[in-house]
Amino acid sequence: MPSKKPAAKPAASPRRRSVKTAHFKPSNDDLVDFYQQMLLIRRFEEKAGQMYGMGLIGGFCHLYIGQEAVVTGVQTALKDGDSVITGYREHGHMLALGCDPKSIMAELTGRSGGCSGGKGGSMHMFDPDKGFYGGHGIVGAQASLGTGLGFAAKYRKTDNVSVAYFGDGASNQGQVYESFNMARIWNLPVIYIIENNQYAMGTSVKRASSEVELCRRGESFRIPGEQVDGMDVLAVRGAMDKAVKYCREGNGPYILEMKTYRYRGHSMSDPAKYRSKDEVKKMRAERDCIDQIKEKILDLGITDEAGLKAWDKDIKSRVADAASFAQESPEPAAEELYTNVYIEG
Amino acid sequence: MAIEINMPALSPTMETGTLAKWMVKVGDTVESGDVIAEIETDKATMEVEVVDEGTITQILVAEGTEDVPVGQVIAILVEEDEDLSAMPVPTAVTASAPASAPAAAPAPAPNVPAPVAATSVAVSDPAIPSGTEMVSITVREALRDAMAEEMRRDPDVFIMGEEVGEYQGAYKVTQGLLDEFGPDRVIDTPITEHGFAGLGAGAAFAGLKPVIEFMTFNFAMQAIDHIINSAAKTHYMSGGLVKCPIVFRGPNGAASRVGAQHSQNYAAWYASVPGLKVIAPYDAADCKGLLKAAILDPNPVVFLENELMYGESFDIPDLPDLVLPIGKARIFREGSDVTIVSYSITVGQALKAADMLAEQGISAEVIDLRTIRPLDIETVIESVKKTNRCVIAEEGWPQCSVASDISAQLMEKAFDWLDAPVTRVNSVDVPLPYADNLEKAAVVTAEKIVQAAKAVCYSD
Repeated sequence: MPSKKPAAKPAASPRRRSVKTAHFKPSNDDLVDFYQQMLLIRRFEEKAGQMYGMGLIGGFCHLYIGQEAVVTGVQTALKDGDSVITGYREHGHMLALGCDPKSIMAELTGRSGGCSGGKGGSMHMFDPDKGFYGGHGIVGAQASLGTGLGFAAKYRKTDNVSVAYFGDGASNQGQVYESFNMARIWNLPVIYIIENNQYAMGTSVKRASSEVELCRRGESFRIPGEQVDGMDVLAVRGAMDKAVKYCREGNGPYILEMKTYRYRGHSMSDPAKYRSKDEVKKMRAERDCIDQIKEKILDLGITDEAGLKAWDKDIKSRVADAASFAQESPEPAAEELYTNVYIEG
Repeated sequence: MAIEINMPALSPTMETGTLAKWMVKVGDTVESGDVIAEIETDKATMEVEVVDEGTITQILVAEGTEDVPVGQVIAILVEEDEDLSAMPVPTAVTASAPASAPAAAPAPAPNVPAPVAATSVAVSDPAIPSGTEMVSITVREALRDAMAEEMRRDPDVFIMGEEVGEYQGAYKVTQGLLDEFGPDRVIDTPITEHGFAGLGAGAAFAGLKPVIEFMTFNFAMQAIDHIINSAAKTHYMSGGLVKCPIVFRGPNGAASRVGAQHSQNYAAWYASVPGLKVIAPYDAADCKGLLKAAILDPNPVVFLENELMYGESFDIPDLPDLVLPIGKARIFREGSDVTIVSYSITVGQALKAADMLAEQGISAEVIDLRTIRPLDIETVIESVKKTNRCVIAEEGWPQCSVASDISAQLMEKAFDWLDAPVTRVNSVDVPLPYADNLEKAAVVTAEKIVQAAKAVCYSD
């Protein structure tokens, strides 16, 4: 047999992004900002969980505890005019955009002081002035809607971007791929953030996805994708800065898969029997996003344990104020039942 | 053997066409697949291929002849080795006169009976200034003009859908828009109803004013989640913070022999959803005036057209800004014995039924709802107070229909005025069949409306 020359090794697909983008290099102020934002989300969600247990919050309530680094890293990379949209686990997204914790908590209790006047609830919060378009309860819908927000940014010839978050569960919905396709053929400035917290309700990614590396889900649409340590806010922000630059320069959509973890169940009524207590414990002990930044702050001597305690106390008091407001704010007036169905004129 | 070549039907709804050009002449030999002529319909120019092999011995319809009925013999082809001189000579048709009296069996007329052009002036319409010129345009042109005028007025208005641009519209409703407004505002989508309905709703959240065309509303079932959950509910769920000024439009209901999956009327589905406005116009003026109103409206609007009406011509007032009010029915024809309520294509059947009833001494009042949500039930009630009888005619299934809802509301709000049970005339409660005779039996006809009207007048 004639000896065969070994075939040249095929070049890595340009679409496959296995490279890790450099971490964001934070200033001391950045570290403090990230830490306080993440801590606010955690304390807020802990309080929301407590209030749910007391019967003050009704319906479904999906907590963001564990995933705080994702919204913090992503949204600190945005500028005015950019838009953000996500699914039903969105309290953290509102907080990271600087929305008032009082109006968020009052929405959870269904009061008139809530950001949707009490008509939306936990899953339907909006703040279009800050570029936040919800708050959507149909899994995957926000991928198409967010693509439309990106379409609007391009139609108006701005350099703004749209950030469409969805989870590992939504990544199996057909409309996500319809959206990928349109975003790519029209080069829309959309950053798809896949918050892979590894469980779609109770179904693990391994059981539900033929390709578990969700960052590769854009390959057949020629959309670059990158997997990011979603427990590390500096990794998130580094990858996001790169994606934002790519989109602002008119190169089309980008996918970031955030490998993250939720410590609580899917919703308040989920005891999370589909995973072991050890798995959660290990994640909290070794990978927690807030602890990682806390260590850096202490190492750099930005503050000491007493300083951290003071910050924590301050944040807890903001959350306590929000909780009081949410209980004191009156229920919506009876006539509100009929308002906001149509816009007059 | 001589083979007759007939005027072909190029779409389910085509009845006549223009023989634009012959590509062969008498004496040419042709093979299966050769293009022998070009036919123009109101939607497109198509090539006619020959199926058999042989020699063209006669051309019976001259180039440029308009209104050639489907099925008419347009040429004769003789297979090889036959005596050409022995063939009979059919009469030729020249381009000067429209073709008539087809030699072959005429094409079956569409089962959903041909729309009836009516000249009645709506009693409840905004006043048209005296001296306003009336122009005749098709429903298709009226819809196109409405979009073009609004796109000229407001740069935030854009049209998106399958084949709306380069193809000029699957039913040619968007003809010419790409040339005038360019590809940034006339956007061809992939076949992705769910995705582009959601994309449109998202663009509307950001303040743009999308007009989303569905090739038919039958395909919009793939997108209905965004129409309802995203477009209709977000304003309410956000306590009024987010707006969704979007129009979803396209043909709705049965066309002609296109089978069950392409023949559904969705008016009752969308009309049940708070947050949506639902418009189902009949004639050209309403199509123009109400589509402009839909685009101007800050709420999500479902605009239900009808494929069989696209080619119908009506006189409309030549006004620069013909905008009609959403939510106002019109009394299309006044009468005193029975009220016939209808909308969309079935208004034509209702008017025809009113003519037939008049011959039998029954005076029918015909109401065109025009908007299904908000529903102008007041106009219906006022009419019923006068006639004391009501028939509701609607193409589409009976259960949970628009007719059912009006019937219920009349019982609640006009019970004491009724002298007979309110009667619904709907399509038969089956998926629409393909077979010609079965489809005919399934749809609403003027005869069925007449029968119901006579029954409520106790004159049958």
